[in-house]
Parts: sequence; structure tokens; C-alpha cells
Amino acid sequence: MSINQPNAPFVGTIEKSPKISLIGTLAMLVEAPGDFDLVQQGRIWALADAVSAWPNVQEAVIGVTNVMLVFEQPPADIGMLSAAIAELWHRLPGRKADGKLIEIPVVYGGELAFDLPAIARHAGLSERDVIRIHSEGDYTVCAVASSPGFGYLHGLDPRIHMPRKSVPSLNMRAGSVTIGGMQTGVAVLTSPNGWNAIGWASVAMFDPSSEEPSLMLPGDRVKFRIDRIEL
Amino acid sequence: MIEILASPAFNTIQDLGRNGARRFGVSTSGAMDPLALAGGNALLGNDDNAAGIEIQTFPFRLRFQTDAPFALTGADPVSTLAGSPVPSWWCTRARAGDILEIGTPRRGARVYATFGGGVDVPRVLGSRSTHLRAGFGGLEGRTLQVGDVIPVGKPSCEAGRRFDFGAAPPDVAIAGAGTADDRMLRIRLMRAGEYDLFSEEVQAKFWSTSWKISARSDRGGYRLTGARLILDAPVEMRSHGVVAGVVQVPPGGEPIIQMSDANTAGGYPKMAAVIQADLWRLGQATPGSFIVFSEVSYQDAVAAMAPVNDYLAKLRATANLYRAL
Repeated sequence: MSINQPNAPFVGTIEKSPKISLIGTLAMLVEAPGDFDLVQQGRIWALADAVSAWPNVQEAVIGVTNVMLVFEQPPADIGMLSAAIAELWHRLPGRKADGKLIEIPVVYGGELAFDLPAIARHAGLSERDVIRIHSEGDYTVCAVASSPGFGYLHGLDPRIHMPRKSVPSLNMRAGSVTIGGMQTGVAVLTSPNGWNAIGWASVAMFDPSSEEPSLMLPGDRVKFRIDRIEL
Repeated sequence: MIEILASPAFNTIQDLGRNGARRFGVSTSGAMDPLALAGGNALLGNDDNAAGIEIQTFPFRLRFQTDAPFALTGADPVSTLAGSPVPSWWCTRARAGDILEIGTPRRGARVYATFGGGVDVPRVLGSRSTHLRAGFGGLEGRTLQVGDVIPVGKPSCEAGRRFDFGAAPPDVAIAGAGTADDRMLRIRLMRAGEYDLFSEEVQAKFWSTSWKISARSDRGGYRLTGARLILDAPVEMRSHGVVAGVVQVPPGGEPIIQMSDANTAGGYPKMAAVIQADLWRLGQATPGSFIVFSEVSYQDAVAAMAPVNDYLAKLRATANLYRAL
């Protein structure tokens, strides 16, 4: 009896498999089906942990509800590898955001927070409210990417979501606390940056001389604390 | 030790790249033409991955403070050591005080100067490659400047051994790798994740266009001009890992090929990816030159690495033999 027959017994929703695609012969991107949420992100973390230990996997690079595997050598059988990943995806329980708690004191406002007025206008709130809402959030590090040690933080209150700028700020200071779309983060490098600056933190986010160079890791939780407000 | 006497801009210390740290947001960096770097190291009896100097602006000049074997590989410049010509894809020995001068290449974009024992700067996260954006690796994480003194390791072979021989460059020695005289570089690609989202018409345009590498191209990526690849329905991609060679299409429709200093993450639709066997050739393409793409299967892309690996293995075996004579 096929489950497509109208009188077939109810067998539950059949979950879609991840989308698996190659980027050349040495990288494979695995994208979770469906919308972004922390459950899917947690399953990506678990998948990344598991496949990192596989032979020929140089590393598993976590993105936002996706993971890219980088291989030492081109895999012999792409079909079999993809099937093994899909099977693991369906079987593996997700990982909770059970990493360490990172508390970051922030100087909100002031010279370096040059986008705070625009965010307040966009949100129809006072600058002080934007700061309060941002500092009260519980954030989760989804992925570390884009610059060394830069964590994409999930959990930003929708009231203060703010699109990235189409023209990046040319010299945003390292340590700038920023909002980009539905995410927030702490800029690690002084460089051009399209996110919106609302404050500044003097926390060392990345130490290349360390074996564990990145303060933030996927699954860590982040709290921003008001150190000072300069309005 | 070697001392830099002239280095216009953007010349850096590179090895084969910083692997395994993408997950911390760290780009791999590494030589744009890894075959040339590995080839120079093979001529000298170094590990493939020993660090050398990637020279992409000229004239470049350095002085040897001690006797040292070295090799020049990659692009094809007019070079002299103490006034005498040095061919490219050649290794020889410099005497203390000798000045090596490297002029603008007649062909190719990047020259690799490698030294017996390799450039001996500290490894950072497993690599000596310069990560310019983050300011670590190489020499203090920056480009080379006049007056810099760079430590060189101990050559693996004793002094007195033979150091005056060369190899046929890979674009000559590897069948089908040559750049035709029409200045059109042929690069093989595999389709990538969002290829099927583009209409057949746009896909055809992608393969038929002679793409110009724009002046706004560097170690981070090559921006291409020549056509616009527009999606019928724009897609919102979530940030995901990318590797060198990926061909992304931003909303404007002009593709970008990510190269050695590319960001670890991207969010543009991916049309294709340059196969590993052709990345070194792309690393030698100059802004203003033209490239044309052809599609290969996964199996063909894997098979295409065999002649590249064979070339390097033969070069190393021949160099070892010659040095032992």
C-alpha cells in the first residue's frame, strides 16, 4: 500500500531532506530544509560535530542553517556520501544551545554608535528604548563566519531589526556592537561594514595565537550588559 | 636573511594556505598559484608547503645577507641576480650581498620567490600565510616594505650541492594548460548550488561570454564583466561557507570568482566553481585579460588533477636526482 493512497494509514509528516550541493570537488554544502529557526540550527550543529570526525573531512564550516564540509581529497562516491549525510540528518538529535555564557559589557551610544539614531527612527522608538531592548536580549551564537571570530547572534527583538546598509561604513571600529537585519554581533576587525553600529565593547573576540582562537563558538549564549550610555 | 630593497605594494609571504580555521571565520589565504609555490619548493628540496614570497607588483628587489639557494617560479619576468639574468622556473644559489631584481612579467601575474629552507616566520593557526585583513601571519600580518629583513630557514641540502637548473613551466608541460595566443584563458567549471535557478538563456550566456577580469580584482576575488546574469526571481540566501573558485552572482548580475583571500562565508547565488586543476592558472590571470568557461563533470574535474599532480611529482623527482648528481 502506498502512502499516497487516500486510504493509507497516517504515517506522519515526511520531513524533507537537506539540500546537498557541491562547490567544486573539495567542498559540499548541506542546507537544512525549511525556515530559519534554532531547532534547525541545532541539528546543523549536531551534524557538523558528527561529520567533523569522518575520514577525509578537513573541517565542517557552520553557516546559518547550513554547513559546508571541506574535504582533504575529492570524495570517491558523492552519491553515497550525500545519502549518508541525509540519513544522519534524519536520525541525529539536534544539539541545544548549551555552550558557555558570554557576558559583554557595552558602551551604548556615543561617537562609535553612529547608526543608533537611524535605528531608533526606523523602529519608532527612543534611542534609550533601543538600547534597553538590545541589552535585555538572550542571544545565541548561530555561526562564526565572515571575519575571524565574528559570531552571528540570533535572538534580536523584532522591534529593533534593521536592514544592512547598502553602502557600508568605510571604517567601522573593531568592537562595534552592530545590528544586521534580524541578527546582532560584535565587529572583530576595523574594516568596511554594512551592519548598523549601536555601541562598542572592549572584549577580545579573537586571538590567533590560541588553539581555540575564537571567543564565540556555535551554541554559545551571549548577554549584552549596559556598561555606560552616552546620548 | 634577506632584505627587501623595493616592493611597490601587495607583496606578501604565503604558503599553501591556512586550512582548518574557516570554522573560526578565518579565510585560508595562501598562494594564488599554489602550483608555482609548490614547484619552487620542489626545485629546492623544500616541503611543498614551505612559505615563499608572492610578488604581484614590480619591480621587486631584495638583497641576500647570506649565501642561499632560491628559486623563481610562476609568472615570467625579466630577473637578474647580481646583474646576470635568472630564468623563471629556475633555481640557483645567491652569494651574500647579491641583489635579486624581478621585473614586470611578460606573461602571468604573480612570481614566487622561494628559498632553501623556506621563509621562516612563525606559524599562526598552522600556517605562515599572510592574512592581510586580520593582520596576522606572514611578516607581522602585513605586506612587505622596504627595509624588511626576512628570516630564511636552513636548506635541507648541504652547501656545494648543485643549484643551477630549472623546469618547464606547467602551462607548457601540462597538456591543454597553455594559454592560447588569443589571450583567452580557458577555465573549467562545475555547476554549483543555484545554477538551475538561472534561465536556460542566462545559463547559455554564462558559457558563451568572453569574461573580462575587471581592474577591481585582487587576491580576494575577481570581478568579471561582459554580461549580466539576472535571476527571474531573486533568491534570499542564508550566509554559508564558500571556498576559493566559487563563482557567485550578486544582484547586479556580474559574477565574482572568490580567490585566496575570500571571506569564509557568502550569501550570493552560486553559479559554478572553478575546478581545482585550473585554480592555479586563474591565479596567474591579470586584470584586463579575458577568460572563457567550459563545463566539466565531477569525475572529469577529479581526473583533471592527475596531470597537475604528475607534473609536480616529476619535477620533484628530477630535482632530487639532479641535486644528487
